[in-house]
This record gives sequence, structure tokens and C-alpha cells, in this order.
Amino acid sequence: MRKADIACGLVLLVLGGLVLRESLELKIGWGLNGPEAGFSPFWLATGLVVCSAIVVIKAFLDRSPSSQRPFVRREALVPVAKAALPAFGMVALTEAIGLYPAAAIYLAVYMRWVGKHRWVTTLLLSIFLPVFSYFIFDRWFLIPMPKGHWTWISGLY
Amino acid sequence: MEAFGNLLMGFQIALSPYNLLVATAGIFLGTIIGVLPGLGGANGVAILLPITFAMPPTSAIILLSCIYWGALFGGAITSILFNIPGEPWSVATTFDGHPLAKQGRGGEALIAAFTSSFFGAAFAIVLVTFFAPLIAEFSLKFGPPEFLGIQMLTFSAFVGLGGASVPKTLASIFIGFIMAAVGLDIVSGQLRLTFGTVELMRGFSFVVAVIGLFGIGEIFLTVEEGLALKGIQARVTWRTVADTLKDLRHYWRTFICGALIGSWMGIKPGGATPASFMSYGFAKRFSKNPEKFGSGAIEGVVAPETAAHAAGVSALLPMITLGIPGSPTAAVMLGGLLIWGLQPGPMLFKERPDFVWGLIASMYTGNVIGVLIVLLFVPFFAAILRVPFAILFPSIIYVCAIGAFAVNNSTTDIWYMMLFGIVGYLFKKLDYPIAPMVLALVLGDMAESALRQSLIMSQGSPGIFFASPISAVLVISSILLFIWPFLSGFPHRTKRG
Repeated sequence: MRKADIACGLVLLVLGGLVLRESLELKIGWGLNGPEAGFSPFWLATGLVVCSAIVVIKAFLDRSPSSQRPFVRREALVPVAKAALPAFGMVALTEAIGLYPAAAIYLAVYMRWVGKHRWVTTLLLSIFLPVFSYFIFDRWFLIPMPKGHWTWISGLY
Repeated sequence: MEAFGNLLMGFQIALSPYNLLVATAGIFLGTIIGVLPGLGGANGVAILLPITFAMPPTSAIILLSCIYWGALFGGAITSILFNIPGEPWSVATTFDGHPLAKQGRGGEALIAAFTSSFFGAAFAIVLVTFFAPLIAEFSLKFGPPEFLGIQMLTFSAFVGLGGASVPKTLASIFIGFIMAAVGLDIVSGQLRLTFGTVELMRGFSFVVAVIGLFGIGEIFLTVEEGLALKGIQARVTWRTVADTLKDLRHYWRTFICGALIGSWMGIKPGGATPASFMSYGFAKRFSKNPEKFGSGAIEGVVAPETAAHAAGVSALLPMITLGIPGSPTAAVMLGGLLIWGLQPGPMLFKERPDFVWGLIASMYTGNVIGVLIVLLFVPFFAAILRVPFAILFPSIIYVCAIGAFAVNNSTTDIWYMMLFGIVGYLFKKLDYPIAPMVLALVLGDMAESALRQSLIMSQGSPGIFFASPISAVLVISSILLFIWPFLSGFPHRTKRG
């Protein structure tokens, strides 16, 4: 817990520093039309740097037993990764083949691999849900979902 | 009297068949969203925001606000039957609601919860009806310094009353404001904080942020905790309804106390959750038999539900009158207003009375429809949670992806959503509060232009924030709220020293 706290604080510190540098380039002083564009980001980033520094220092000094708990229990890490990775995979697939086919594959993989559902349930649901949402969004509300770079696939429906 | 005439006009709008249909659909969807883990008021509204783009604004806001009421009702179902608070403000409902369900009195607990939600909401709606025009009238006099003062008050309330670590709350507010600044600067027209990339030029969409932070992040957390859902069946018959309603008369004091606490706390940001706990605490302290609390007292369900629903309603009061949302869900609705081309704030009452009063009247109709729907369909909503997790989770992520994409028709936004999901997961685990960050992201542009306009008015002197009595009071009270955690900790230390 403590290590994660320090790491997160440091990331925020670096982020604040980057914003500080960007806003200095935009000028932070008084221009022709009042404060310049970099004025508010500069002070916001200063605030972020100060706060994350305090978080890091506090976490560093914290020796309480609660700070020694691991951030994620080892046995919980696997299900979280199993939930996160396929989801990222679906987003990546969306770029190539479009959201509906990507979602069908993602649903099928997750249900079969994590849920251990029967093939029949898996196939029926993973085809039904995207088709159902296709009719709601693309047809009924006329909000087209991404079709991907490989247009020959979206040409099928 | 003028308000009464306006309200009648509002009812004409809210009672039109189309808007009634929209309200019913909203309540139904909202309850499903409230029951599902990982989806709640804020991200439910965010996901469905894109489908409102084609609607007239009044129907759109009715749909969104009814989803919100539905989500409030749905939270009670999961807390009582499954011991899973669907929303943070239904945590207090589990204390007595779930023990009641275990004793086979789940039906009673549910009816008590719905009735008290309804009562709390009705109380707050009446308050909104009478106070909203007054506040709007008053705030017409506000200039940029006063608006900045109100925004400062909003954020210092998070720091002073939020209960999370002060530097972490502040960091999260700053991150929200910085993200809002990314992209085109509205005053000078310059590009800011894009780090030379094209992707960042559009800035961050708060809808995507809300879906990721609340939706995806929450799902990862639930997966990690490995929740096994063991629900308790509850049968709701008309006999139980009649008996419970008869019994509930004895708790009128708890009702009024909860409604008052809720309405008051709801106006302040993030108010619903502390309101539900406060109301529970009060009810326990003033109860004739406090020892029954925690093991299944109906009062223990009534108190938090009344307060949470009252707070949920009154959170919309500052949104429609001042353009300052009182909760993350209200913040998303405010963003919707901007997308539909309406300028939130006091002028809305003058320019679009049909919109404002249609919304207020729909609060009455929406909550009546809501109570009927949840009473009739409890078994259906409870059955949703019996769907295996391996089917629920990917479907929720899929729906979130659709919502994130539809905001701007951009696949980059789906990536952002996943990124925000990881940030939300980490921040939840490390106790960074997320609500102030979302509010800062929504209000960022408005706050910044208020600040810069004030400084232009005063030629750069910060004295302008103390020049008018209203802004002086606002700024001083926000400074007081801000240093409250330090002050309240101080006496203890000196006593020991």
C-alpha cells in the first residue's frame, strides 16, 4: 500500500512538472487581454506538485501496519488481469474490425474462458448482444458505431 | 403565484404522452443501472447521454433525471436483498435492510425503502419548486467574482466535509481542472497542454472520464473483491404493502428528520452519502429502542433512504439555478445541458421556462412512476443480479464502450475510457476521491473564465473577490470550510499537549 501510494504520488508529481513546463511556454503573466493562457494551468500545476509532494512525504513517513498491506492480493491479481486484458483487446480489435464483431469475440472469450459457460450459451449470447445493440444504435437511434479499418467486414452487415 | 402558474405549465409538458413514456423508460433503465454493479447514476446517465442528442432538450433532461431516480431506487434493492450497496449512499441501507431480508422480512424492508425514498424525494421536490425561482432570481445579480466564489465554496466543501485525505482531495481537484484546461483556451484561442500532439487538441470529454472512472474502475474493483452474489428472495404481495404502509406511520419523526438532513446536505456537493449516514445516526440516537439497530430495524432502512433520495433531488437545485452541480450525476446532466445548447445558470429560468418547469414537474411524475414500477417489478430487478458475473461484466464493459464512443464518434475515446478506468481503480484503492475530480473537469472552463474575467474587471487585483458583499461572504466561507479539517483537529492536539 505504501509503495503504491509513493509511486502514484511521484507520477502525479512528474505530471504536475510537465504541465508547469508547458504553461511556462504559454506565458503566465499579464497580457493584452488580462491573464495569459498559461496563467491558470501554472498555478493549478503548482498546487498539484505541492499536494503530491505532501502525499509522497506522508506515505514515506508512514510506518503503520495498514501501510504494510500489499496493494493487490496476489490471488486477486489474476481475475483483475483477466478482466482488464481482454477488454483492452476488444478496444484494439475495434480499430481493426469494428465494435460489433470485436464485442462478439470479446464476450465469447470472456464467457468461455473466465465464466466456463457451455458453448451453446456462449455462442448464443455473444452473437445476440452485439446484433441486438446493432439494431438499437445503428438502426433505431442512428448512432453508427465504429466499423474499423477493414471495411470488408462491416460491408457484410 | 407566478411559480404556481409555471408549475402548471411544467405539468402540461411533463404529462404529455411522449414525456411520460420517456420518464417510464428512464426509470426502468435507471433501476436496472442502479442494480447492476459498476453502473450507477453518474455513468448510467453518461452512457445514455448520446442517445438524447436527437431529442428535444426537455424530454432529454426528463430521461436523464428519471434514470437518476431509477438508479436511486435500484440501489436499495441490491442493498437489502444482496447486501451489496449499488451506490455509496445505499451503504447505510445494508445495515438493517439485509438483516431484515435474512429474517424473511425482505418485502417489508423493500417497501419501507421505496416509501421513504418517495417521501424524501417528494419533500425535496417541494423545496426545489419553491426555492429554485427565488435562488435563480437572486443569482441574476451575480457577476464573475460571485460565480467564482460559489465554485470555490463547492470545492472547499469537498475538502472540508469530504472526509478523505486533504492533500489527496486537493490533488484530485487540481487534476480535474488541469484536464479541463487541455485543448483550446476559450479566452485567448491558444492551444494548451497538448504536448504537441493532435489527440489532445480536443481536450478530455468529461462523459468519457465519468464512464471510465466510475464504470470501468468500479468493475475492476468488483472483480478484485471476487463478489459472490447470494441473494435472498423477497415476495412482495399487496398484503405486505398495506401492512407495511400502516406500520410506517409510527416513524414520521424519522421521515421528517431524514428528509431535512437530506435536503440540506444534498445542496452541498457529494452530499447524499454523508446525508444517509447522518440520518441513520440521528435515527439511532433518538430511537426508543436503539439496540434493535443493526439487527433489522425498519427505522434503520427508513432513515438513510429518505435522506439519500432527498439529497439526490436537492443536488439538482444548484444545478438548475446556478449552473453548479451538487453531485457527479448532476454534473453529467449539466454537461448534457451544454451539449443540447442550453446555458445553465439563472438565465435559464427566463429564457427557457418550459425546460426548467418541465424538469421540475417531471420530478413529481417521475417519482410517482418510479415507486409504482419498483413495487411491481422487484422480482424482475432482483433477477438481474442472478445473471452470472462472467456474462454481466463483459456486457457492462461493452455498453460502456458504446457510450464512450457515441459522445464524439471517436475510437480514441474508448481508449481514454479504459485509461480512465485504470486511473479510477487506482484512485479508489489509494483513497483519492473521484467526485471532486469529475466536478472540476466539468466546471473547469467556467471557473477559469470567471477567474480571468474577474481579474480583467479589476485590472489584476484580487481585491475584487471581496469588493461585493456576496462574493466576500462566499469567498470567506469557502476559506473557512477549507481550513475546517485543520481547525477541528486543533483543539484535540492542544488538550493533549
